[in-house]
Amino acid sequence: MNKDKLVVAKKNFNSRLIVGTGKYQNMSECAKAIKISGAEIVTVAVRRVNITNKKKPLLMDYIDPKKITYLPNTAGCFNSTEALRTLRLAREIGGWKLVKLEVLGDKKNLFPEMIETLKSTEILAKEGFKVMVYCNDDPLMAKRLENAGACAIMPLAAPIGSGLGIQNKINIRIIRHQTKLPLIIDAGLGQASDATIAMELGCDGVLVNTAIAKAKKPFDMALAFKKAVIAGRLSYLSGRIEKTLDGRPSSPNKGII
Amino acid sequence: MKKIKKIKIKIKLNGKARIINENLKIIDLIKRLKIPVKKVAIELNHEILDKKKLNNIYLKKNDKIEIVHFIGGG
Repeated sequence: MNKDKLVVAKKNFNSRLIVGTGKYQNMSECAKAIKISGAEIVTVAVRRVNITNKKKPLLMDYIDPKKITYLPNTAGCFNSTEALRTLRLAREIGGWKLVKLEVLGDKKNLFPEMIETLKSTEILAKEGFKVMVYCNDDPLMAKRLENAGACAIMPLAAPIGSGLGIQNKINIRIIRHQTKLPLIIDAGLGQASDATIAMELGCDGVLVNTAIAKAKKPFDMALAFKKAVIAGRLSYLSGRIEKTLDGRPSSPNKGII
Repeated sequence: MKKIKKIKIKIKLNGKARIINENLKIIDLIKRLKIPVKKVAIELNHEILDKKKLNNIYLKKNDKIEIVHFIGGG
């Protein structure tokens, strides 16, 4: 189990839990939750520097990018142009090449705009980015992303922030069987058991933000997700028993008095 | 001696209009704003600037500058 690492773009990670850094009450709460979760990759957003309030705390002062891998994200982008601009800026901040592409298509359900996502993946891969791609749970589109040069496929479980959990297990399993790329469930998880289910389906990892940040006890939920991911992975690797409709006794029938 | 009046120019910084002195280098603007260069990326008129070259760029009238950094996000 110790050798069982998450490998993304040839980089090894011990933790299969990726966490978002948004929606926390403050930076110190965010930093503590990340520490408890054991996550080694965190997603971050690119936004304008606050020129007027210079005392506003900086993310980098709380989460050291030398210790935790920053995964710049294009959250809030609704077309390829915006996404490419954001990630090129992210690269300029400190040389980040491992990025998460997320091009949204609908402001209400926040579903990904897959045509723009595919287009952006192709361009970014050609520019040398390692692109982890947020996508819908369509196996055909996942294949296209892989062919376009994605370094990880990140299908949604349900709409971002919805907490609904995995809605289409069959599609996730189909994507699992068709790709050797890291498969990471991104968006829509609500509780720790959702992460276990994702891992038991054979996913390589999960990305969680709202479910931890907005839990009544974020630190406890961070720990719950950490354990849930480990449990799910172990369960998957252990090989589950076959399902049967009939009962099968656990005690031997021989020697019954 | 006659005092030379500095010429002011208008630029747009992170979406807001700002009046600065003419012949101001972009690096000096960033230093004046106390922004840590290592933690940001800078765009001038939609072109990303190489941070090593900030010392050579003078701001011009109507320049649009965007200075971005990482914040918490999902």
